[in-house]
Amino acid sequence: MNTGKPFRNTTRGALVGSVALISVAALAACGSPDSGDGGKESADGGQSIIIGSADFAESQLLASIYSQALQSEGIAVTEKLNIGSREVYIQALEDGSIDLIPEYDGYLMAHLSPGEELPHGDALTAQLSESLPEGLMILEPSAAENRDALVVPREIAEQYSLKTTSDLQPVAAELVLGGPPEWTDRFEGVKGLEEVYGLTFKEFQVLDAGGPLTLAALTGGQIHVGDMFTSDPAIQENNLVALEDDKGLFPSARVVPVIRESSATAEVVEILDRVSRSLTQESLMEMNGRISTGEDLNAIAADWLSTSGITAQ
Amino acid sequence: MSFLQWFTDPTNWLGSGGIPSQVGFQLAFSLVAIVIALIIAFPLGVYSGHTGRGEALLMGGANAARALPTLGFLILMVMLLAPRIPNKLAYIIPSLIVLVALALPPLIAATIVGIQGVDRSVIDAARGMGYTPRDVIWKVEVPCAMPSLVAGLRSATLQVVATATVVSYVSLPGLGRYILDGRATGNYAEMTAGAVLVAVLALVLEVAFSAASKYLVSPGLSHSTRRRHSDPEPDGTSPEDITMEGILHEYR
Repeated sequence: MNTGKPFRNTTRGALVGSVALISVAALAACGSPDSGDGGKESADGGQSIIIGSADFAESQLLASIYSQALQSEGIAVTEKLNIGSREVYIQALEDGSIDLIPEYDGYLMAHLSPGEELPHGDALTAQLSESLPEGLMILEPSAAENRDALVVPREIAEQYSLKTTSDLQPVAAELVLGGPPEWTDRFEGVKGLEEVYGLTFKEFQVLDAGGPLTLAALTGGQIHVGDMFTSDPAIQENNLVALEDDKGLFPSARVVPVIRESSATAEVVEILDRVSRSLTQESLMEMNGRISTGEDLNAIAADWLSTSGITAQ
Repeated sequence: MSFLQWFTDPTNWLGSGGIPSQVGFQLAFSLVAIVIALIIAFPLGVYSGHTGRGEALLMGGANAARALPTLGFLILMVMLLAPRIPNKLAYIIPSLIVLVALALPPLIAATIVGIQGVDRSVIDAARGMGYTPRDVIWKVEVPCAMPSLVAGLRSATLQVVATATVVSYVSLPGLGRYILDGRATGNYAEMTAGAVLVAVLALVLEVAFSAASKYLVSPGLSHSTRRRHSDPEPDGTSPEDITMEGILHEYR
């Protein structure tokens, strides 16, 4: 190691500098672990369907369900789960990095045409089919829904008699809001709460999308109002109250597969439609409950697929 | 938006989310972590280096601590503390703990190695001249260990400043905000800017440390250090090599 040259310090400086750069890169990378093997070609040489998911557990579970349902019919798939937020994975769908992803209809629509009034039900499905970028299509939506909702601890709900999101108006200035980082910029977040409901909170703390940090902050008292998902069993388990979205800020959120047209063969569509028809709100909540106990996503997906008769026992 | 446009947009330089404020937080938070780590590491290192006791335990502990995954450790600490502290300290304390844990290994190792590397004949001479053990530590061992101490401090500071971005994962400000918020909203210009700012900050600190070490290290010592480097048979590992090896070890 000893070179005996006076330049040693310079070399080491460069090394330390590059170590700093590497650690930044590592940090950026550790936010999006890539579980897929990255290959577009399947083992038998045919095109495999690359399934992506957003970076929260339910999306990964739904992607695993799609993946196993397709595999059980002998269709080759590659999983690239835990990609990131909608802004990121829709781009990945468009450029063909992934072929299929579980989505939530209203959220997808709000992403495609921001700021527009959102219809519900079939009208939403029709509008969505029209607005999707060239080469992408949605399949049949399921009955299972998972909307965002503002959630408060029961004591706070009782103290201020909160039932709906509008009820927060007189007290918002005293309360701390917690939500995911995309809420800083998205309309269905801090901006929308301000414009639609007139809510200006004391502070916005950037946590996660209805995940363990938000839950810990709500139960621990670091935040008073948090963003959680209506199908999350943790709401009842932790004595929290989901406030009704009475002005419809947060869009409808039925689970629907979005797929690249080039991958949507009749067989694939038939299998995914069967999954969507069988998926109910109750089964989704139940599966979410199992996720929160730390069970393996693949095992939960496999159990549901076999009990609902999509795959053989 | 390109990343240069992001840098030249005046709105990104103003207010609580602006670049000066986030850089300031990153620096201040890192500084607090480094100072706490130094308060812990320095006495332990001096004790162990001076007495030769507990070296295996401290060095082993320091090396084991290098293996801690910072982000995982941070979230674990937040989950443990959130139910106990009903305010923002539930994020600040865990963040400080993980950064201190990151800074301790290089600081402890550098202190022990620096003090042990002091020539025994110098210490014997000091004793012979009637120096008390306290004098030996403060007037001989610590000044002679200074090149190693500064190198350890430098390596710890760079690691902490670069890693302090993780505290944004648990809602705190800092340059990590640009990286995490940029990723969440698909604003890669913002993400890139965050990463570049961290790198620039690390480089600036590196230069600052090079300058500072000139003042902190006795000129006589740097002369003797140079002479030792040309010595065909160095009587032990140079302190600077130890820290560099430590850095490599960290990222191996």
